[in-house]
Amino acid sequence: MKRSNNSIWGFIRKEFFHIFRDKKTLLLIFGLPVAQLLLFGFVVTNEIKDAKIAVFDQSKDYLSLQLVNKLVSSGYFILSDNLSNASQIDEVLKAGKAQLVVSIQPNFAAEFQKQGVASVQLNADASEPNTASILTAYASAIISDFAAENSGMPQQTLVSVQSRMLYNPDLKSVFMFVPGTMALILMLITAMMTSISIAREKEMGTMEVLLVSPLKPWQIVLGKVFPYIGLGFANALLIIILGYFVFMLPMRGSMVLLLLVTLLFIILALSLGILISTVSKTQQVAMFLSMFALLLPTILLSGFIFPIENMPVPLQWLSLIMPPRWFISALKTIMIKGEGLAFVYKEILVMLGMTIAFLSLSIKKFKIRL
Amino acid sequence: MDSSIVISVNKLVKKFGNFVANDNLTFEVGSGEIFGFLGANGAGKTTAIRILCGLLEPTSGDIIVAGFNGYTQRDKIKANIGYMSQKFSLYEDLTVWENIRLFAGIYGVSRKLIQERANLLIENLGLEDYRNRPVADLPLGWKQKLAFSVAMIHKPTIIFLDEPTGGVDPITRRRFWEMIYEAADAGTTVFVTTHYMDEAEYCNRISIMVDGKIVALDTPSALKAEYNAESMDEVFVKLARNSQRV
Repeated sequence: MKRSNNSIWGFIRKEFFHIFRDKKTLLLIFGLPVAQLLLFGFVVTNEIKDAKIAVFDQSKDYLSLQLVNKLVSSGYFILSDNLSNASQIDEVLKAGKAQLVVSIQPNFAAEFQKQGVASVQLNADASEPNTASILTAYASAIISDFAAENSGMPQQTLVSVQSRMLYNPDLKSVFMFVPGTMALILMLITAMMTSISIAREKEMGTMEVLLVSPLKPWQIVLGKVFPYIGLGFANALLIIILGYFVFMLPMRGSMVLLLLVTLLFIILALSLGILISTVSKTQQVAMFLSMFALLLPTILLSGFIFPIENMPVPLQWLSLIMPPRWFISALKTIMIKGEGLAFVYKEILVMLGMTIAFLSLSIKKFKIRL
Repeated sequence: MDSSIVISVNKLVKKFGNFVANDNLTFEVGSGEIFGFLGANGAGKTTAIRILCGLLEPTSGDIIVAGFNGYTQRDKIKANIGYMSQKFSLYEDLTVWENIRLFAGIYGVSRKLIQERANLLIENLGLEDYRNRPVADLPLGWKQKLAFSVAMIHKPTIIFLDEPTGGVDPITRRRFWEMIYEAADAGTTVFVTTHYMDEAEYCNRISIMVDGKIVALDTPSALKAEYNAESMDEVFVKLARNSQRV
């Protein structure tokens, strides 16, 4: 027994040498998470902040000025231009000087007080449809708020809707991207790297030598994946720390539970990597398989960027078998909602089941190959 | 059974579905013998070697390798043989010393013995300057010799060499064979496959496989006499020409 322990430790040590001597890969492993997180956190964002608007105020009375002030002081908009005639609306939108133009009718205050009705027109640049609809929604909300405040009458509508955004009151998209990026990076590092490194041994002919040696197949696989558990874990910590300090991501739930779920996901990703390596003979094949089988589904189907609820039903079913979906959901529940085991046990069970399925499938494949 | 017999194969059959890769192989290899295992590509050599190395379970027949049963004691067989393949099989990004330590460790050689044997091996090969340099820096000839020495690091009873000299220049091949002779003289059985017929002449005995069967098995000189041939090359061509699978 001692003898087999010695040999497997030597084997694991060798795997670390491979990783740490390959400076490019090492840079990739630790540089990638930081770059990705910063990119997703700062660049890919669907929040509205400081959107440029132009105002075509045909009334210029105290009430219309108040409305413009309210819009600008909301923090979502900055005033870029005051227009003096209607033809300029098209101009500023086309020139990109404003994303939204607010036109206020003549005699705004007078009409409003006399009839209780006055009109405001919103023209948005819909060449970016998402932004346009978010901008108009924000502006309409502010305007109807304003109307209610100034009508002097009790609320005309019988039902008043008050929405509160729980857990993420500022609707920060970072809250979505950090867990998503974590899933993406862990998939990439653990699954892709292991599948490539096992395929490399096959390509170089060293796998043959290992198989002829007294090492048992499970020892070879364990020796290959063990270092990546450590690397994946280090990466997960790096992402959590970055998320916490750079993006002010809350850490409301139990850290221990979070790390356990992360570890489980790493092992799940590894078993996927092993499965991929059993079917790929070369590093190239392993890499392409990882790309198509892991990366794209992680990005598209896991709810990372596109909400699962908005997908066609068949795709929603498909997303059920995407490992990252469960991990991301568990992460959000723990970190952002601060819930405990009782609320993530389903995710944990699903991930456990997937791990066992992938591992037993790999063992079967591994045996057939021999 | 004679105690000097280290490989004993009797009526070995290996089938993959309907395909018979090894058809009734019977042969014995003695201790310290250099046994050449010849055959065209697809003749079933690789399958036979995999069975002898404990990688595959035979379909039927009796196999004893290094005193262990080819069905039930495959792990013991693995621990008592060495293996070197046509592909260069050391880790290029590890140093000479690290490669030795890794493989010796895998075969359960104790730490103290690893040190001793590594020093001796490095000295014998004249690799002192390369001890702590990655194997990738070594010239191909040296890599091959190092791979052979590493495959022998646990002093196996039998060493299997699967086309060990593929892609190596004639001088290096010659030196390589000198190492094979040294190993055989020291009592290690050498089981070697090759496509070079001049190398076949260096073996004590050779077997030639055609279509999964052993069609000839004797010393090189006896085979040449039997087939009325000048060289092993001629013998091989005469036999392999009748193959159905090529």
